[in-house]
Amino acid sequence: MDSEEAAMLRAMGLKSIDALFADIPEAVRIKGLDLPRGMGEQDVVRHVTSILRKNRSAETMPTFLGAGLYDHFVPASVRAIASRSEFYSAYTPYQPEVSQGILQTLWEYQSFICELTGMDAANTSMYDGSTALGEAALMAHRITGKREIVVPRAMHWDRRAVLSSNAVGPGLKVIDVGYDADNGTMDLDSLRKAVGEQTAAVYVENPNFFGRFEDELPEIRSIAPSLLIVGANPLALAIAKAPGDFGADIVIGEGQPLGNAVNFGGPLVGIFACREEHVRKMPGRVIGLTQDAEGRRAFCMTLQTREQHIRRERAMSNICTNETLMAVISAAYIAVLGSRGLRKVALDNIRRARLLAERIDRLESFEAPVFQGGHFNEFVLRSEIPYARVHKALLAAGVHGGLPLTGHFPDLKEAALFATTEVHTEADYDRLVQALEEIR
Amino acid sequence: MTFRQARYDEPLLCERMRPSPAEETDLFGVPSSLRRESLSLPDLPEHEVVRHYTRLSQMNFGIDTGFYPLGSCTMKFNPKFAEELARLPEMARVHPEQDPSTVQGILQILFELQGILAKISGMDAVTLQPAAGAQGEFTGLLLARAYLDDRGDGGRNEIILPDTAHGTNFASAGMLGFHVREIPSKDGRVDLKALGTAVSERTLSLMLTNPNTLGIFEEDVAEVARIVHDAGALLYYDGANFNAILGRTSPGTMGFDITHFNTHKTFTTPHGGGGPGAGPVGVKAFLEPFLPVPVVTFDGRTYGLDWDRPKSIGKVRAWLGNSALLLRAYAYILSQGSDGLRWVTDRAVLNANYLRHRIEKHLPVPFSGLRKHEFVASGEPLKANGARTVDLAKRLIDYGFHPPTVYFPHLVEEALMIEPTETESKETLDKFADALIEITREDPKLLRSAPHNAAVARVDEVLAARRPILSWRMLQKGKGSEKSA
Repeated sequence: MDSEEAAMLRAMGLKSIDALFADIPEAVRIKGLDLPRGMGEQDVVRHVTSILRKNRSAETMPTFLGAGLYDHFVPASVRAIASRSEFYSAYTPYQPEVSQGILQTLWEYQSFICELTGMDAANTSMYDGSTALGEAALMAHRITGKREIVVPRAMHWDRRAVLSSNAVGPGLKVIDVGYDADNGTMDLDSLRKAVGEQTAAVYVENPNFFGRFEDELPEIRSIAPSLLIVGANPLALAIAKAPGDFGADIVIGEGQPLGNAVNFGGPLVGIFACREEHVRKMPGRVIGLTQDAEGRRAFCMTLQTREQHIRRERAMSNICTNETLMAVISAAYIAVLGSRGLRKVALDNIRRARLLAERIDRLESFEAPVFQGGHFNEFVLRSEIPYARVHKALLAAGVHGGLPLTGHFPDLKEAALFATTEVHTEADYDRLVQALEEIR
Repeated sequence: MTFRQARYDEPLLCERMRPSPAEETDLFGVPSSLRRESLSLPDLPEHEVVRHYTRLSQMNFGIDTGFYPLGSCTMKFNPKFAEELARLPEMARVHPEQDPSTVQGILQILFELQGILAKISGMDAVTLQPAAGAQGEFTGLLLARAYLDDRGDGGRNEIILPDTAHGTNFASAGMLGFHVREIPSKDGRVDLKALGTAVSERTLSLMLTNPNTLGIFEEDVAEVARIVHDAGALLYYDGANFNAILGRTSPGTMGFDITHFNTHKTFTTPHGGGGPGAGPVGVKAFLEPFLPVPVVTFDGRTYGLDWDRPKSIGKVRAWLGNSALLLRAYAYILSQGSDGLRWVTDRAVLNANYLRHRIEKHLPVPFSGLRKHEFVASGEPLKANGARTVDLAKRLIDYGFHPPTVYFPHLVEEALMIEPTETESKETLDKFADALIEITREDPKLLRSAPHNAAVARVDEVLAARRPILSWRMLQKGKGSEKSA
């Protein structure tokens, strides 16, 4: 105990720190923690760094994984902005007067997301794309009172599983709709059969899980007798029509591609936006524009009567801590790149995926893309060689191939989902293609 | 008074948009039905963007700016070395779908962290998947339900909550379609009689924070556990107040079956202005088969992921969790160690009790006895002068302090929930106490018109909710209405 602590105890008339714990009954006390003693900063950094070095990162191993998370180039300014500790060391902006910085930043984030999605309102984030979908399904149930959610079979299995967990409360039924074997897009005949009186919402992704643009979104809108939820890659929205223009009611997505690191899958950032008429049924924190007592523009959290601390068990959601800092990063990324920069990156990604697929398709044992039609930055590859062997051979060649699909999509046979972005160099592509070529 | 927050009339980036010359963008790669011809987002020089956010950041108060005694939020210093570690490419540029052989480092850290958290909480197994405390609650309740269903004891659908419980407990129960039974407190603690009457064969779980939101330790916790377990229900520990018990007691020792952690509170991963967090969940062995998939495993040589768990509740979010936050928590725990973590609690509790001692003559602190890491004072005496707790909170800003949590918990009138944390010195606590006392003596007009030294004056939150303007798009739609809104 130091002298400061002694002085504080003395002021309270206490003899020891232990006296402050006299209210913990003997029977539930523990003697201490069975952990090693503390380490100095230098040792901790050395130790943790040495463990992390066992990872292979995209820095040293060209990686062609996507499936919702994409390693993009992020300008240093974005990280510099997110490193302002006035932002990152703050709690939720409960006191708007001292939090105008993050409040305005988040209001601008909401504005950017609305422009990209064609929606009127967005919240400041959900945990990730998967929980954004789960919450969208719950919201569709709140709006319509109906209990069926129709979703594409072509979806990441994690996202599908999270949707099922969210469906537990109101007992929602999730109905899967297959994809067209040639195009990889939603099978419209199956969709027509899947929807009905009880449909609360149809969910569709653009680009979809296989990287395909859903060309027939207008047709899907007309088939859906209910709300339409669109899951989007926000970067693709820089060059693809806003879902709002197709009559989407709710737009969700994984916001990571907007300047965030893949972070081994977290933290990520769930995009959530909707039409103005549904705003009061929306989950999550929302920032509004208002005035201060002197009539100047100001921002604050608003519509809090939807939230847990007021509505309690009838709240729209239990979410409070969300992924605010990732939303700040997304806003900064959009601002640094600007509309022109975003469109350039998006188009460059399309071009790269097309060129890469063409190169792979020329190889004897591989077909790419498996599906016809426009792709964003990923595509399905099919192999004549068992894909597990391809996967291992690529790793041995210092390249990480795409996401094996065989287990989850057996109908695609020996297939994998390959993604590419502007981080890849020509040398990376050469290495991948050469490694594929050498597999026997 | 030494505090003056920066004050810029910083325009919106959207207000700085200029009609740009028609682009010659070749949208050839996009299907014709989906082509987007224009995108209305600003195009500013990079340095102007950096200035925009730098100025905005200067109008934001973080823990690095000053004392931040926000009750139940555990705003302690965020060590900078953890930030640097999380930025290493071996963390930031690692994809969760990578082959396990290429991610042995992060899997090792996650595996070890599971073990460390189990030890700290007195639990047997831990999942790191939940993204925040509230999602931890959601996960915990799903686990309890799955276990009871599996035992043939399904159909239990009531969650019992004391009136001191966090709002998230109610919302998590509601999200899963459970009914909430709220029980009143007695002397700021769980009323055992009320609990005894409330439990039944319908009870799924009692969710409890200990110490509770008043900062009071529930001394009857063992009896609470007996009552809940005798009714066949499970006991859930809301880990928001974990900073009060490290190395002194643990949820497992107290008889809880499930607990969550808030890494952004107890293990000081920065809260990011509202998130991210991480909400690992610890359970007793009988609940282990139900944990979300995949579970991180270690066979003595290699770390892996186990998906083959037939009783699992499935998933609550994509992939493994907020790994970059879990990494920071791991590094922080290593830096503290067994001795440091116990000191954390000792000092946090000392600071809270000392601060309470300094101010309770001026602002009453209802309920007698010790406090743990936080306490709740009442701004009731201010009313005589025509001021309220909210005014005192706003006035604290002028003195350079972030206000405490206000108007929670509800059973204290005009509540001020104060949690100083262990990283604050006696000097800071004394200055804060002096400021609080000074404010109670000030002209109430000064309080009601506060803050005077922040970027803006008192913000009209009622107006914001009455006519929501949530985006540039909505502002444009009602153009001209901003002032008169």
